[in-house]
Amino acid sequence: MSDVRIITGNEAASLGVKLCEPKVVAAYPITPQSALAETLSRYVEGGELKAEYVRVEGEHSALTVCISASTVGARVFTATSSNGLLYMHEQLHWAAGSRLPIVMCCVNRGVGAPWSIFNDQQDSISQRDTGWIQMYCRDNQEIIDSMIQAYRIAEEVYVPVMICYDGFVLSHTMMPVTIPDIESVRKFLPPYKPHTILSPEDPRTINSVLLPVRRANPEGVLCDGYMEMRYKLQAALDQSRDVIRKANELFAHTFGRNHGGMLWEYMTDDADLILTGMGSIAAEATVAADILRAEGVKAGVVGIRVFRPFPKDDVITAFGHAKAIVVFEKGISYGYEGALCSDLKAAFFGTDSKAPIHNYIAGLGGRDVKPRELVEAGKTTLAAVEAGRMNHEIKWLNCYTG
Amino acid sequence: MKDNIFKINEKEYILPGSRACQGCGLSLAYRHLLKALREDTIITLPASCLCVLHGLYPITPVTIPTLNTTFASTAASASGIAAGLAALNKTDITVVAIAGDGSTYDMGIQSLSGAAERNTDFIFVCYDNEGYMNTGTQRSSATPLGATTTTTPIVPKQDNKKDFIKIMEAHDLPYLATTSPSYPIDLYDKFVKAKRIKGTRYMHIYSPCPPGWGYPTKDTIRIGKLAVETGIVVLCEIENGKFRFTGRSKTLSKKGKKLPVINYVERQGRFKKMSIEQLNTLQTWVDTRWNEYLRRAEE
Repeated sequence: MSDVRIITGNEAASLGVKLCEPKVVAAYPITPQSALAETLSRYVEGGELKAEYVRVEGEHSALTVCISASTVGARVFTATSSNGLLYMHEQLHWAAGSRLPIVMCCVNRGVGAPWSIFNDQQDSISQRDTGWIQMYCRDNQEIIDSMIQAYRIAEEVYVPVMICYDGFVLSHTMMPVTIPDIESVRKFLPPYKPHTILSPEDPRTINSVLLPVRRANPEGVLCDGYMEMRYKLQAALDQSRDVIRKANELFAHTFGRNHGGMLWEYMTDDADLILTGMGSIAAEATVAADILRAEGVKAGVVGIRVFRPFPKDDVITAFGHAKAIVVFEKGISYGYEGALCSDLKAAFFGTDSKAPIHNYIAGLGGRDVKPRELVEAGKTTLAAVEAGRMNHEIKWLNCYTG
Repeated sequence: MKDNIFKINEKEYILPGSRACQGCGLSLAYRHLLKALREDTIITLPASCLCVLHGLYPITPVTIPTLNTTFASTAASASGIAAGLAALNKTDITVVAIAGDGSTYDMGIQSLSGAAERNTDFIFVCYDNEGYMNTGTQRSSATPLGATTTTTPIVPKQDNKKDFIKIMEAHDLPYLATTSPSYPIDLYDKFVKAKRIKGTRYMHIYSPCPPGWGYPTKDTIRIGKLAVETGIVVLCEIENGKFRFTGRSKTLSKKGKKLPVINYVERQGRFKKMSIEQLNTLQTWVDTRWNEYLRRAEE
């Protein structure tokens, strides 16, 4: 019998962590992640999760603890939000550069200054180029399921995974979630096998200084230089697309829920207008698509689940036939446009897709976005296309720009 | 502790060919502390002179497992190693974080204070060469009053160095000790003792640096000894709050007399712009601390 509970996103994440049985957890509380850090403390102190919990003095140390514990052979977990993630920035690179399969939750929140505790995705978007796999969840079920998939993916390609879910919109909102059973999770997720274990049994210096050139070891064998190691990280992220898709398929087969691998589609088969985004705004776009369909507009939705590695081939198939595309983004690459929008354009370059892309910057700092407003945005875009205006546009939704 | 005196572990853990500078105080100290800590040890270290000593990938002269970490994170890295080992039931390994004064006094103080407050089971070693020597002798908060550095090139440093022992003592640690490579047996014994103690242990190495301090490479031992003879450096240990002089400082505290700090200062190029007033201030700073220690030793 399935175990269905009505829980928040943070509770779903906590239960997901518990099911994956990490040996070391290190976290520093920050709104809206705090409940996750608290629940995990309770699991560890109550003996429900057999792990060392290091109550660090800051996020830089939280990720450092995970890096070092992972290096001696422990499965690890941490979580943060917003400025906490930014404070980890140096260690995000260090974790990926060390090829450690760390899993982290980023409970998405706007970044200061000025302060906002509310949701957008500027925190994780701004960490795009740190070498982590980034997955965005649309609802609480996807949070717990992605957690279990994330460890399997990370431990197969030795790249850390960031599971991103929207602060408050998901983290503090209750919805029904089916809790996977531990035995099935253990079968799906084999024990962690480190690529290197730092141990007196096999003494080595890890992450020492490299020169621009390759150097030979004492046996005369040329070893990787910095650039070869960087290439291998990129190759691992490229390779991870297949690993992510297969993990999703195996998960769907085992647990009966398919979250789409690199991306998911909603009524896209005959869609003239495709709405897209990452996380909860993509889920909300499905409501907008329903409304548009009821009004006679052939609308569909593509939810970008994995932002890095970018689903470059998947998007061509998913969006290929659309006449117009609307990208809703809770973040921006300042001085240009939404990061997802740029990536989509780059992926479509040189293909048959000539659909204009309208980029809506939306919901920054928790600014409310209603399905009706997504509907209006979609209609405006479609009207522009039907009037023959084929240029790309960027707009700010619900923003009094004066 | 007595049974170890003059019975230093003969095994070497640094093979010939380290990349440390000629006359490096740190490399002498590191050699002896590794002898004391032995094989069942894991080290973590930040970007530093020691990182350079460990060599360029894929070769290292050091036979103890070592993890490089970032400048601010040495003690947090040790926390992670300790947590990982504890979770995997590997309880027989000594975790050692070793950092220069830059990543101890300055950028690393937050993670060190956090790890010490949690009484993380590890040894934190600060090798204090009184400046950012690896990057070319810039000022740190461990640089002494009156020293010129490449970032205090014209006006020598106007402030006393932080009393880091006091800062670490405020964390209620089970064991703290100061050491000098000029007194290797004192250093060795203290690390043997530290290894046997649980919880956070803080070890300070005053590490003379020929290129940074401006003295001939052959004089490292002499400079280290003069530091002790003048009271600039006090060899001591603090065990569960109980202060005790050790080695040459113990002798000086009981009989004999400290040398004036000028004897130490005059041999180093970094003090050549020091004023008489600064010299007097430094002497007062040394005397005040020495008298404080004398009072504590009598308690």
